[in-house]
Amino acid sequence: MSTSSLIFASSLVLVAIFISYYQKLGIEKEIIIGTARAVLQLMIVGYILHYIFSASNAFFTLAMVAIMILVAGHNASKRGKEIPGIFYYVTFSIAVSAAVTLSLLVLFGNIKFEPQQVIPVSGMIIGNSMVASGLSVSRLKDEIKNRQEEIEAYLALGATSRQAAQKVIKMSIKTGMMPTVDSMKTLGIVQLPGMMTGLILGGVDPITAVKYQIMVTFMLASTVAISCFTVTFLTYRTFFTKQHQLRQAF
Amino acid sequence: MEIELKNISYFRDGKYILKNVYFKFEKNGIYTVVGPSGAGKSTMLKLINRLIEPTEGAIFINGVEYKNIDVILLRRKIGMVFQRPFLFEGTVKENIELGPSLRGEKNIDALFYLEAVGLSKDYLFKDVNNLSGGEAQRVSIARALANSPEVLLLDEPTSSLDPTSTSIIEELIKRLNREGIMVILVTHNMEQAKRIGDYTLFLYKGELIEARKTWEFFENPISEVSKLFLEGKLKEMIE
Ligand SMILES: Nc1ncnc2c1ncn2[C@@H]1O[C@H](COP(=O)(O)OP(=O)(O)O)[C@@H](O)[C@H]1O
Ligand SMILES: [Mg+2]
Repeated sequence: MSTSSLIFASSLVLVAIFISYYQKLGIEKEIIIGTARAVLQLMIVGYILHYIFSASNAFFTLAMVAIMILVAGHNASKRGKEIPGIFYYVTFSIAVSAAVTLSLLVLFGNIKFEPQQVIPVSGMIIGNSMVASGLSVSRLKDEIKNRQEEIEAYLALGATSRQAAQKVIKMSIKTGMMPTVDSMKTLGIVQLPGMMTGLILGGVDPITAVKYQIMVTFMLASTVAISCFTVTFLTYRTFFTKQHQLRQAF
Repeated sequence: MEIELKNISYFRDGKYILKNVYFKFEKNGIYTVVGPSGAGKSTMLKLINRLIEPTEGAIFINGVEYKNIDVILLRRKIGMVFQRPFLFEGTVKENIELGPSLRGEKNIDALFYLEAVGLSKDYLFKDVNNLSGGEAQRVSIARALANSPEVLLLDEPTSSLDPTSTSIIEELIKRLNREGIMVILVTHNMEQAKRIGDYTLFLYKGELIEARKTWEFFENPISEVSKLFLEGKLKEMIE
């Protein structure tokens, strides 16, 4: 694909702007800003990756992964701004899920520990982990708020915080995992995932592309499970006191 | 059991929801707690159940400051029933067994507690979604009883029930009290407070205005605010 054809493709954004204008959605500015940011960020990342790939240095690779985790943690923690320490809980959960999943993939020989493989795979893991843990946190927060009386009824019966929150914990983990589980069911039929599309467009044989995609599917299942589980268990505690009381501040 | 509220206050969002309340629940009777809505009645029950902490003052249970008592044990001994029954998905039996099962107890005689609230054994395996309001509230009382409490805190348990269910629950409360359970009942129904109370506490704007024998309070209220409240004229005083 030539750069000029990419520039022509940018006219597709004009379609979006036109619809926004025509339907008075009022999001023209956001579309323009969003597009500009995407182009700029991708270009910068392209050059950084180009550099890191050619340097092939383990430290750079891990530093890049760490930055991705921090940014993802920052972003996902917006879903629970009111919760003290939420950035740390979310970031930790994303880090754990990424570490476990990546280590297993390297251990099983699915990917090699080199930047060309580790960085894109981490990107997918961390991105999904970010979305999933953000969903879990926001559901947790909402359910605890809406079920305050029910949780207190539980506590009044002598339940511990953990017992009183059990139902909400379950819901919250499930909410974070559901989009991934749902998309697994229709994978390849309704959507060809980005990675597979990219590989096929790049000229890789579909069978090979599918193998990678299957690996990605497995890895995302584990990633979202670990991150939702971790973030929910870390976060629910902040809603309770040591004396098994629901904090009134929320 | 003896519960002493030693000058407790509960301060929140820049105002006193309860202010310097002193009272000792010492005799095994039925205490009815009345007052306009927003007076702090529910807050007082929650403090006694330690669902919240007083911001000032302390609570003593049989002479022991309640911070020195395991909170889970305290909540078992001082059961609480809410306005809405909040039964958990499942059968009546599962709900009654909940309290004891939370601490790993097995072989709970759910039928015993079901009969204690006047429901027959046919109810045991009923889904809680198929209960009437009155039945659900009785199951929630049975659920609290399964913890073998010495005190029951009841927060407007009949406020959404029909007269028949209400009188069934009132009879139940009286019987449980005769069997030795101290009852602290919050109610906005003055007739109910009068009918079943031995002692009545009147809260207004977070302050305990009067606490006396029920008949004395209703026959011969001392404070001006109490008089206005009983004449139904207090509403005009709320800004
Ligand atoms: N968690 C809370 N946050 C803020 N205000 C509260 C909270 N709980 C109770 N209040 C306020 O405290 C006052 C007393 O509430 P409550 O104890 O429920 O009164 P009552 O049961 O007598 O109607 C009310 O004005 C209520 O708005
Ligand atoms: Mg109330």
